Amino acid sequence: MRYLVALIIWLCPLGAIAQEWEDQNAFGPASAQTTLRVLSSTDTSLFVPIIEDFLQEQPDVSIEYFVTGTAQIDQVFRAAPEDFDVVISSAMDLQLKLVNDGFSVKIENLDQPQWAQWRQSLFAFTTEPATIVINRAAFAPGAVPQTRQELIAAMRARPDIFRGRVGTYDVRESGLGYLFATQDARSSETFWRLMEVMGGLDARLYCCSGAMIDDLVAGKLMVAYNVLGSYVAARDDVAEKLEIVLPSDFPTTMMRTAFVSSRTDVEDEASAFVRHLVEVQTGPRNREVFPLPPLGSAVDGTGQAVISLEPALMTYLDPLKRRTFIKEWSSAVIQ
Amino acid sequence: MDDGVNVTGSLRARLALTLIGSAAAIAVLLFFVVRTYSAQIAQSGQDSILEASVTSILDAVTLREGDVEVDLPYVAFSMLSTDADDRVFYALWQDETLLSGYELLPVADAPDGGEIVLVSAIFDGAPVRVATAARILVGANDRMRVTVSVAQTQDALAGTLNRISRNVGLIGAGFFILSVLVASWATNTTIRPMERLTNSITRRGPKDLTPVARPVPLEMAPLVASLNSFMARLDTSLKQSEDFIAEAAHRVRTPLATVRSHAEATLQRVEREDNRQALRSMVRAIDESSRAAGQLLDHAMITFRADHLETHEVDLVELVEDLVTRLTPVAEMKDIALTVVSEGEARVEADAILLQNALRNLVENALKYVPEESEITLEVSATPRPRIEVRDEGPGFPPDQMQDLAARFSRGENAKDTIGSGLGLTIAKDVAMAHGGELTLTNMPEGGACVTLLL
Ligand SMILES: Nc1ncnc2c1ncn2[C@@H]1O[C@H](COP(=O)(O)OP(=O)(O)OP(=O)(O)O)[C@@H](O)[C@H]1O
Ligand SMILES: [Mg+2]
Repeated sequence: MRYLVALIIWLCPLGAIAQEWEDQNAFGPASAQTTLRVLSSTDTSLFVPIIEDFLQEQPDVSIEYFVTGTAQIDQVFRAAPEDFDVVISSAMDLQLKLVNDGFSVKIENLDQPQWAQWRQSLFAFTTEPATIVINRAAFAPGAVPQTRQELIAAMRARPDIFRGRVGTYDVRESGLGYLFATQDARSSETFWRLMEVMGGLDARLYCCSGAMIDDLVAGKLMVAYNVLGSYVAARDDVAEKLEIVLPSDFPTTMMRTAFVSSRTDVEDEASAFVRHLVEVQTGPRNREVFPLPPLGSAVDGTGQAVISLEPALMTYLDPLKRRTFIKEWSSAVIQ
Repeated sequence: MDDGVNVTGSLRARLALTLIGSAAAIAVLLFFVVRTYSAQIAQSGQDSILEASVTSILDAVTLREGDVEVDLPYVAFSMLSTDADDRVFYALWQDETLLSGYELLPVADAPDGGEIVLVSAIFDGAPVRVATAARILVGANDRMRVTVSVAQTQDALAGTLNRISRNVGLIGAGFFILSVLVASWATNTTIRPMERLTNSITRRGPKDLTPVARPVPLEMAPLVASLNSFMARLDTSLKQSEDFIAEAAHRVRTPLATVRSHAEATLQRVEREDNRQALRSMVRAIDESSRAAGQLLDHAMITFRADHLETHEVDLVELVEDLVTRLTPVAEMKDIALTVVSEGEARVEADAILLQNALRNLVENALKYVPEESEITLEVSATPRPRIEVRDEGPGFPPDQMQDLAARFSRGENAKDTIGSGLGLTIAKDVAMAHGGELTLTNMPEGGACVTLLL
C-alpha cells in the first residue's frame, strides 16, 4: 500500500504520456512460455492473491499487470488492442462499449447469470456500492447522516466545518466517477442538489478513491462522496478515523468486469485467467486471503439493483450527451 | 405365389409411394411457409423496437442557439436489451457531418418527414438491422437536416428463428410420420379386397369352378365378372368332356358284352388248339376293354358327383357289411374269407354311393392280388376320425411303386397277369378327397397290403 500512496500522488494529473502506469508488476517465472498482459484499474494489492492462485495452477504462465485509471484504460486499449490480453475495469459503461465495438472474444463454458455477464464476453466479478465516507471527527456519534438528504442538511447546517473539506470524483477525469455520477443523476434529482451544495462548499475533486481516502485519513477531508467502500475496508489503518455510510435512499452499485481481448495471441490462457477470476470471486473463499469484494446478487439487501449490463450504458458515453452532462455538472460543482 | 406370372411394379408400392411422397412434399412446404412467416413476424418485432428507439432519439434533437443538441434518452438503448445481448450501433448526422456515433454504420436514405426506413446490412462483420429517420430543423438563419440511425445485431432473432425452425421441423416430421402411418393403412385397406379374392380362389378345391359369390369393390367387379364367366365356360367344357367319356364308355361296353358272349360260344365249339388260343386272348382283350370302359364310367360318375356331393347320414359298418355280403360269392370262389371288424356303429355324413364304389374297388383289388385261401379284413372305426382299413395277406404293394399307384392308369408290376385298368385306387382316392379325407397305402410288417380310407 505504500507504493500505491506514492504513485497516486504523482499520477493524479494523469494522461501526459500513455505508457506511464500507476503501477506495473510482473508475476510468475521469467522463463514462462506465455505472458499474459493484464490491463486493469484495480489496485495490484487487491489482485495479487488471485494472480498467485492462478499461477499455481498454470506454472508455464507469467503475468504482467498494468494498473491505470478507467478512462485511461479505454484510451490505451483502443489505441493498441493487440498489446493486452485481458482488460479489467470498474467503468462498466466503457467496458460494455469496448465489447459492443467488437474488442472482445466469447468465453465458452463460463456459466454466469444473465445480469452478471454480457454477450458471454464481459464478466462481472465484484459488486461494490458507492459509499459516503465520513471523518468521525466531524460528526457526533449517532448523528452520522444516512442518506444524501441528511448529508445535504448536515453540510448546510455547519458550512464552516465543511468548506474546502468535502470531496468527490472529478467526473471529467475518472471513468468510474462519471459512471457513478450519471447513474446517480438518473436515479434522483437529489444528486444535483448535493452537487450544488458541495460546489458551494468548494468541493475538492479527485481522480481516484485511494486519494480521497488518503485525504480523509490526513484530516484534509471531512466527507467524501461516491467512494468505493471496498477500498476503505481493505485498509486496516483507517477504521478508527473513518466511517463508511451506505446511503439508504438509493445505493449505486457497480460491478468490476473483465474481458479477453479479441486481438490476443494467447486466448486459451487469457480465457482461463478470466474463468479463474470469476470462479474465485463467486465461489466460497477466504476473505482474509482474497480482499476483493465478491460478486453478490443482482439485487442487494435493500432491494436496490446493481447497475445493469445493457447497451443503455452507452448512452452517457455519447459525446453530445457527455458534453451536456459535464456542462451541467461543472456549473453545479465548480460554480 | 407369382410363379410364372409376368410381374411389373406393385400397386401397393405405387399407392404408398404416391401418398408418402405427397406427404413429404406437404411437410417440406409447411416447414418453409411457417418458417418464412415466423421469420417475418420476428423481424417485424425487432423492427418496431428499432423504430421506437430512433423516434425517441429524433424527438430529443433540439436546436439551441444555432447548435444541434441531442439529449440521448437512456431508454433509447435500454429498450434494445435482448436475451442474446445484441450489439447496438447508432449514428447521428447533421447534414453530411457526423455528430456522434459510428461513422461507418451504413445509413439508408430517409425522407425528411420523420418516416423510418429499415434495411438489413453487415456492420463490423455482423448482420445488423438498421433503422433510419431524418428531421429538418429550422433555425434563425439556416435549415439543417438531422439523420438518426440505430442498428442492432440479430443474434436474438437468429436464436428465435432457430427455435422456431426446430419446432416447425419437429411438427413437420411428426406430420410426415403420421402421414406414413395413414398411407400404409390406406394402402392396406385398398389392397385387402384383392388379397381376400386371391385367398378365396387359392383355397378352392381343384374342381370348384363355381362363380365368386362374395361382394367385391366396384373397381374389381369387371375382373371378377370375367373370372366368373371364364370359370363357367371351363366348367361347361369339363362337364361336356366327362359326359362324353361316360357316353363313350357306355357305348363301348354294350357291344363288347355281345362280342364276348359270341367269343365264349365260339370257344366251346372250336377244337383246334391255336384257334382256341386266339379266342382266349380275344376274350381277355375284351375283358380288359370292358373293365376299362366300366372303370372309366365309374370314374366319370365319381368326378361329377364329387362336385355335387349328396351327403346323408351313413353307418359305415352297415355299408361294409352290405358290400361283404355282395362280394362273398366271388371270394368263396378263391376260398378267401372276408372278415369285418368294428366296434358298434360308425355314423358319418357322406355320399353312400361314392363310398360303396371306393370300397368295392379296394376289396376287388384285395381279391385280385392275393393268393387263394387267405383272409381279407375290413376294419371300421369311428374315432379319432372315421376310417375304413382293408387288409389282406397277399404280397403287398410293390414298394418302389407305392406312391404312384393311386395315379390314373397306373398299375403295379405284380398286376401283369391280372385284368385291370389302373383306375381303382384313383377312384378310391378321389372319393376320399371329395369327403375331405385321404387314402393311404402301406405294407404291413407281417406281409400284406393295407389301404386306409380316411374320411
Ligand atoms: N391289395 C393289393 N395287393 C397288391 N397290389 C395291389 C393291391 N391293390 C392294388 N395293387 C397294385 O396297385 C395297382 C393299382 O391298382 P388299381 O386298383 O388302381 O388298378 P388295377 O387293379 O390294376 O385296375 P382296376 O382299375 O381294374 O382296378 C395294381 O395294378 C396293383 O399293382
Ligand atoms: Mg383294382
